[in-house]
Amino acid sequence: MMKIYADNAATTALSPAVLEEMMPYLTTVYGNPSSLYETGAIAKEAVETARAKIAALIGAKNASEVYFTSGGSESDNWAIKGVARALKKRGKTHIITSKFEHHAVLHTVHALKKEGFTVTYVDVYENGIVHPEDIEKAITDETALVSIMYANNEIGTVQPIAEIGKICRARGVLFHTDAVQAMGNVPINVEEQNIDLLSMTAHKLHGPKGCGALYIRKGVRPAVLIDGGAQERGMRAGTENVAGIVGFAKALELAIEGMPYRTEHVTKMRNRLIDQLLTIERSRLNGDRERRLPGNLNMCFEGIEGESLLLMLDMNGISSSSGSACTSGSLDPSHVLLAIGLPHEIAHGSMRLSFSDDITEEEIDYIAEKVKYVVDYLRNMSPLWEHIKEQEKEGQ
Amino acid sequence: MAYSEKVMDHFAHPRNVGEIPDADGVGEVGNSRCGDIMKMYLKIDGDTITDVKFKTFGCGAAIATSSMATELVKGKSIENALQLTNKAVMEALDGLPPVKVHCSVLAEEAIKAALSDYYQRKGIDPTLIIGAPSGEHEEPVCGGE
Ligand SMILES: Cc1ncc(COP(=O)(O)O)c(C=O)c1O
Ligand code: FES
Repeated sequence: MMKIYADNAATTALSPAVLEEMMPYLTTVYGNPSSLYETGAIAKEAVETARAKIAALIGAKNASEVYFTSGGSESDNWAIKGVARALKKRGKTHIITSKFEHHAVLHTVHALKKEGFTVTYVDVYENGIVHPEDIEKAITDETALVSIMYANNEIGTVQPIAEIGKICRARGVLFHTDAVQAMGNVPINVEEQNIDLLSMTAHKLHGPKGCGALYIRKGVRPAVLIDGGAQERGMRAGTENVAGIVGFAKALELAIEGMPYRTEHVTKMRNRLIDQLLTIERSRLNGDRERRLPGNLNMCFEGIEGESLLLMLDMNGISSSSGSACTSGSLDPSHVLLAIGLPHEIAHGSMRLSFSDDITEEEIDYIAEKVKYVVDYLRNMSPLWEHIKEQEKEGQ
Repeated sequence: MAYSEKVMDHFAHPRNVGEIPDADGVGEVGNSRCGDIMKMYLKIDGDTITDVKFKTFGCGAAIATSSMATELVKGKSIENALQLTNKAVMEALDGLPPVKVHCSVLAEEAIKAALSDYYQRKGIDPTLIIGAPSGEHEEPVCGGE
């Protein structure tokens, strides 16, 4: 049996090169960056070098525009709550976001609703892509922030970020994007794309967990969320996760270096699997086929339920994920699949596979074979599939 | 996933999967919108459930609870089967995660629905024996949007 980890959108393996870079800061260089003696000063320098590196890699003008956080969720919370609370005093009480954001954004926005903010959720249409003109129309004098994710974590669709950035800039509205999934997969440039705030995390690009950053354009002043010491120029308290920060910078550097290969190779592998799996009757690809992350595949198979599919694939050595009710511990299917218009019963039968650079043709063919087998097996014991087949017959 | 070994065993090797073409009672519960449907087939001789088969569309727990429920009623009397509770099914599986309790409820209901059909076919009002058909009067657990 093969062992294939195909859930890289959930998290990735730490790269050995990243670990090597981190090691000194987990062992000998343990000083607090805020301390003045030598080991502290070395740690401080490592943090600042990482900051400059990350700033350069996202096209930021100044290293001081990058603030380290504990990851994507904190960055999303800070960007949205911080901007909203800072601008509320000026009568800006409206937020625009999309229906299929990550919960770190949706639940944050929901919390702000309770503080009196109003929210517009723009549509993501059948292919899972926001229409910039919908955002243009939704902007009012009260709009404080537009927050649209760079790439969706479930269906991998890449959003027209540059166009949205341009609109927001022209209308004088701040623009935040959650780039957690997009980083290292698509070229990101905060200057060219008019991005004011950008959420990042290390663990989706073979970096360590629990470390991320928020890019905040110079002049933008979100309210502080974590009060305490004067770290991060007084904007985010807490002793820096030095090893994590160093690892994050290295991981991002490697991810961006590897982008041409990823775009070529992983996209090719993924398309090979899509083509094979689309031969299964009553299957569908979720999200635009072209405008999606190289490693993302998200499909639905009618008549079966996602969790049992996931468990059966696991028994065959394949780690996957499902937007099904069961896996998330809630009983509704994925909000992302509902947002692209899938009916509940079809959304329940979804499967997400997400690949990293090392995926091989042999592995792809193994996955195709196993998915076909498992779908067939589960359909054979599914009364819903029986109903679908009966309806087909009646329709003939 | 916090499933017990027993659940995984019944999921991986479900007992009594399939259909009984000449079944004496067939019951189907659940709803596709919630992501779960269970269908039970019973063969009854006198007072004894001589054979039982199931088909399930649902999560791992749904498949495992259907499988366990069939084991618990096979070869037993109707009276015995009517006393089957979702709790008994859960206990036999060494427990279920809290969000999965409704899957075991479905298994209990599926058995009852099949028995209800059996009585109906015999011209006996099942509500007198089993009670009102469950499921229909309740809101689906998943609620929808
Ligand atoms: C789009 C998106 N945003 C935010 C997050 C949260 O990031 P983190 O796990 O670093 O808090 C994730 C990862 O689960 C994600 O995919
Ligand atoms: S069948 Fe709905 S969660 Fe188990």
